[in-house]
Amino acid sequence: MIFDIYTAFWRDWVVLRHRMIKFILSRMVAPILYLVAFGWGLGRHIHTPGGGSYLDFLVPGILALNSMNISFNSLASLHGERIYHKSIEEYFVSPISPLSFAIGKILAAVLRGLISSSIIVVLSYLFGADFTIMPLFVFVLILNCAIFAEIGFFAAMTITSYEDMGRFNTYILMPMSFLCGTFFSPERLPVVFCYFIQALPLTHASLLLRSIGGGHGGSLISVGVLLFYTAACFYLCARVLKKAQE
Amino acid sequence: MERQTAIAIEHIKKVFKHKNASGKAALKTAVDDLNLEIKKGEIFGLLGPNGAGKTTTIRMLTMLTQPTEGKIMYGGYDTAKDSKAIKAMIGVVPQHINFDQDLTVGENMQLHGRLQHMEPKWREKRIKEMLEYVELEDCVNDGIRSLSGGMKRRLLIVRALMHEPQILFLDEPTVALDPQVRHRIWDLISQLREKGVTVVLTTHYIEEAQTLCDRVAIMNKGHLIALDTPQALQRRVGEYVAEWMGNGTRQLKFFSTSEGARKFAYALGHEGILARKANLEDVFVELTGRKVI
Repeated sequence: MIFDIYTAFWRDWVVLRHRMIKFILSRMVAPILYLVAFGWGLGRHIHTPGGGSYLDFLVPGILALNSMNISFNSLASLHGERIYHKSIEEYFVSPISPLSFAIGKILAAVLRGLISSSIIVVLSYLFGADFTIMPLFVFVLILNCAIFAEIGFFAAMTITSYEDMGRFNTYILMPMSFLCGTFFSPERLPVVFCYFIQALPLTHASLLLRSIGGGHGGSLISVGVLLFYTAACFYLCARVLKKAQE
Repeated sequence: MERQTAIAIEHIKKVFKHKNASGKAALKTAVDDLNLEIKKGEIFGLLGPNGAGKTTTIRMLTMLTQPTEGKIMYGGYDTAKDSKAIKAMIGVVPQHINFDQDLTVGENMQLHGRLQHMEPKWREKRIKEMLEYVELEDCVNDGIRSLSGGMKRRLLIVRALMHEPQILFLDEPTVALDPQVRHRIWDLISQLREKGVTVVLTTHYIEEAQTLCDRVAIMNKGHLIALDTPQALQRRVGEYVAEWMGNGTRQLKFFSTSEGARKFAYALGHEGILARKANLEDVFVELTGRKVI
């Protein structure tokens, strides 16, 4: 099984290797814009709850939303491989388990998310942000990447048109990008809305990264929520793979 | 000597959910109570028009979809329980060119070898051999998009043969190819017979089935309607045929001798009437009332 997971991972790694420079350069654009516009520009006039700089408040949010987007979109392309090129059928007529395929793909998407996060960390330090990276910080990032890679896998295996994949981005990822504690604390939102936002995984990822990065440790409940989402989304991936073969 | 059975298909049925013309959920039977035995080492053709159930049958045989009812056995292996063991002994050439567009020719072959658990040395050796076999060795580092349609088809076949499968499935292997490339692919398939590979192919090209297949199963609307050698099928309806246009449609009358067909044509005296040897297409039209398209 490990060899089969590696095979699925290997394919994505080869594709990434072909495009590594383009990948790194393109991943720098959005974080630089966020850091300049919200960190240097608007951020100078924003007071944060702890009294620190807005740039320090912002960086964990950018890390959370960027790792979400990169991990999700890494597997969203699987949709084209399933519907249009049908290249994933090659995996399903081979003697590997569908779960190995899913795990390999998800791990490759996590790797992309982590590479992208590393770029943001380097850029943030260059912009003068101050935060600490600890093992738990990396673990939370990995969980966040895994959750959204799994959601990307699920969407790619169920959605039947490019338009609907686009809608998934518009209706689910984009609102989460802005509302889940990335640019401001969800506590500023109306109470009912705040409860809803706090049930979403990106909120917990943002809060945890901010708290751990600021040297305050992380809430075990939030780690538990992320672990729950990781397991639940993986279960959905396994279900959709089983259904695809019926 | 009677050949051993490679694949036994027992009463398989496939029902899909779909939306009918009024937009309501309905069930559609794509394959209904299909029974077949495919012998080791034979080239077996599934022939029928679009929508006959050929591709669905191949997808069930290759475990891309599961039968709603029935059983498929490969020797002692059941597709419902032993899919890994079976997948290691089959090769699949799909109708759709399904290469990974983001990988090169060599990387696509590498991926296949890895998925089939081939040892690295054997994998490298077979990639070289297979690409030389279809004269694509210079394309190993090229992207898939740079290949012509014929090159892609040849590559699809050798990719499926790379791990030396005992059984090869080809779904419409020459669809949309020019006659020259089609004949090259036919040569490639014929050579497999000499190597003892069992080949199951679907086609709606009559000439393809007639040239390549030891036995042919004719399917129509999900049902098996005839199964025999191409020659025996022709004999079943008559080896010779008189063909003419009447009431705006093609008319056929079968005869056991060429003399019978010629006499009938002469007696009818219809302009443009033709007396000739019957082919599989005539058999198909006679059995189904439909033209193979």
